[in-house]
Amino acid sequence: MTPSDTFTPSALLEVYKIALKITVVDESLRKLIMSGAIHPVFHPPTGQEIVAAAMGAVLEPTDYVCTIYRGLHDQVAKGMPVKLIVAEYFMKATGACKGKGGAMHLTHPASGLMVTTGVVGSSMPIANGLAWASQIKGDGRVSVACFGDGASNIGAFHESMNLAAVWKLPTIFLCQNNRYAECTTYEDATSSKTVAERACAYGPNMVGVTVDGNDAQEMWTAMRNAVDRARAGDGPTLLEANTFRFSGHYFGDPSPYIPKAEMEAEKAKDSIGRLRQQVLDSGIATEEELQAVKAEFVAEFEAAVEFAKGSPDPDPGEVYKDIYGVA
Amino acid sequence: MSETITFTQAYNRALDEAMAADSSVIMLGEDIGDKEGGGVFKVTGGLSTKYGDARVRTTPISEQAIIGAAIGASLAGMKPVAEIMLMNFVTVAMDMIVNHAAKLRFMSGGQTSVPITIRTRTGAGIGAGGQHSDMLEAWFCHTAGIKVVVPSTPADAIGLLRACIEDPDPCLFIEDALTRTLKGPAPEANYTLPLGKAHVEQEGSDVTFISYGRPMQDIRQLAPKLAEDGISVEIIDLRTVSPLDTETVVNSVKKTGRAVIAHEAVRSFGVGAEVAARIQEHAFAELKAPVLRVASRDVAVPFSRVLEQEFLYKASEIEAAIRQTMEGSATR
Repeated sequence: MTPSDTFTPSALLEVYKIALKITVVDESLRKLIMSGAIHPVFHPPTGQEIVAAAMGAVLEPTDYVCTIYRGLHDQVAKGMPVKLIVAEYFMKATGACKGKGGAMHLTHPASGLMVTTGVVGSSMPIANGLAWASQIKGDGRVSVACFGDGASNIGAFHESMNLAAVWKLPTIFLCQNNRYAECTTYEDATSSKTVAERACAYGPNMVGVTVDGNDAQEMWTAMRNAVDRARAGDGPTLLEANTFRFSGHYFGDPSPYIPKAEMEAEKAKDSIGRLRQQVLDSGIATEEELQAVKAEFVAEFEAAVEFAKGSPDPDPGEVYKDIYGVA
Repeated sequence: MSETITFTQAYNRALDEAMAADSSVIMLGEDIGDKEGGGVFKVTGGLSTKYGDARVRTTPISEQAIIGAAIGASLAGMKPVAEIMLMNFVTVAMDMIVNHAAKLRFMSGGQTSVPITIRTRTGAGIGAGGQHSDMLEAWFCHTAGIKVVVPSTPADAIGLLRACIEDPDPCLFIEDALTRTLKGPAPEANYTLPLGKAHVEQEGSDVTFISYGRPMQDIRQLAPKLAEDGISVEIIDLRTVSPLDTETVVNSVKKTGRAVIAHEAVRSFGVGAEVAARIQEHAFAELKAPVLRVASRDVAVPFSRVLEQEFLYKASEIEAAIRQTMEGSATR
């Protein structure tokens, strides 16, 4: 293993910082919605922070990510400016998509966040195309398709996995298995014991891996391996990150279908608290330093809220723009 | 312009010229490589040999993956041309086309664009039945963000296909199955035509005929006969069905006061209805007769030759409609 392939304390710290940033943004947005300040259709990523944080820590800024409507964690992890996210949640003209995309469709190509789709599974066929372009250009970029366990049952999954394997594309299929496809349990909707074992259906070019997505080291290492494999031209990986969703399908869904005991057991694992302790134990950062990092993220979010509040609504005329480009 | 070429040769030439001119033009689709015979309809013959398998890629039978890959590659700066063998198979990729290709520019606030071309073939009259023959252009005209283009001559096919490939937005380019071997004059090299611009093919003073694709062949046969009977037809080939060139259509109808619209697609909720609506919105005062539509029947395309011919619009119906509008009758 080269140094970049080993999970060093600095990698540990980076994963924690990104996870912390996601937590701050997610919690703060939920508070704003609860207070009635904003009204987005929102699918919280709460509980899945470490999966995205490890992805973000491994990827280069020039790499591509296509994610789905439950994508806030992926967007933050890929480096999307918080103020552009917040302003879009506020439906303002200064949002990332000028108020025309919204929480379910955030895009920021400058950060490599190429598509956020509102359609289950549709991140995968598009991620393949970005990977194909990289393969043709030889620019070494990799392309990540984020999706949930529910999306592993839609046709786009099969078509995309097969094409990626046949063409040996640098695509990473990051299945964030939070055990609930909307409101239906994994077992009630999915025929295989794991999502990753479906990789064997796509031959030797496709590798399937299942990890504890809420364990920073396991997740980071699996992501590192998948990215290295893709960049080396060795083909795609189906990386199944087991995680959990601490909320309903959408914000406001009381999720009666999640047994209380299951929810409590998952929350008791306190994955982010454990990660924080690992950082402190490694000696790479002190308690005070971590508090300072959090304060920085909180300040960044507060500044983003001020920016959004001070921003204008979109001009009604904006509805007639961005339909076609200029030939 | 002494050389003549078929539609199939025209498509091939446009693709060849586009790939030669711009290395970001890439192609994907089922069976399109020379190893597989250069496409089921032979449109892409020779191109994988000339430009390599990396730029001309045969795909699995996976329409959703094909359009998705085209979209993704276009987001990374490429100009992909995807072949969907037959238009009915486009339905398998509707999410990618309608929810993504057409809308990403708008939904990203203009941050991204999807400059892809989807080539597809269709048309009734060859006994292919209800899942291999539909003209579905109206579905896509109903979606903002995608352009719908249908050529009616080999030269137009070259000029419009080149324009689609160079256009910054997704274009659906529809090739007619029945007339694929029809010949027409070949244009000069690197010929292009503007999108969104209808073509006044023949000026006339009595009635405006508006169409695209196959019925244009019919009006070219009918127009001289009608002229002999003293009916002067102004012929408009839309070329780009959507966005519709309302101005050219309306200006013509204001002059003639009469309009007949023809398309191969089924009649109800079709392009003809939209064109008729725009005419009455913008030229009602000038109309001397009701606007008439000629279209195929509102049923699935049948298999039997007898039934298929019954299904299809007919040249005789175009002629009858034009004569009827000259009489100013409101019944049809």
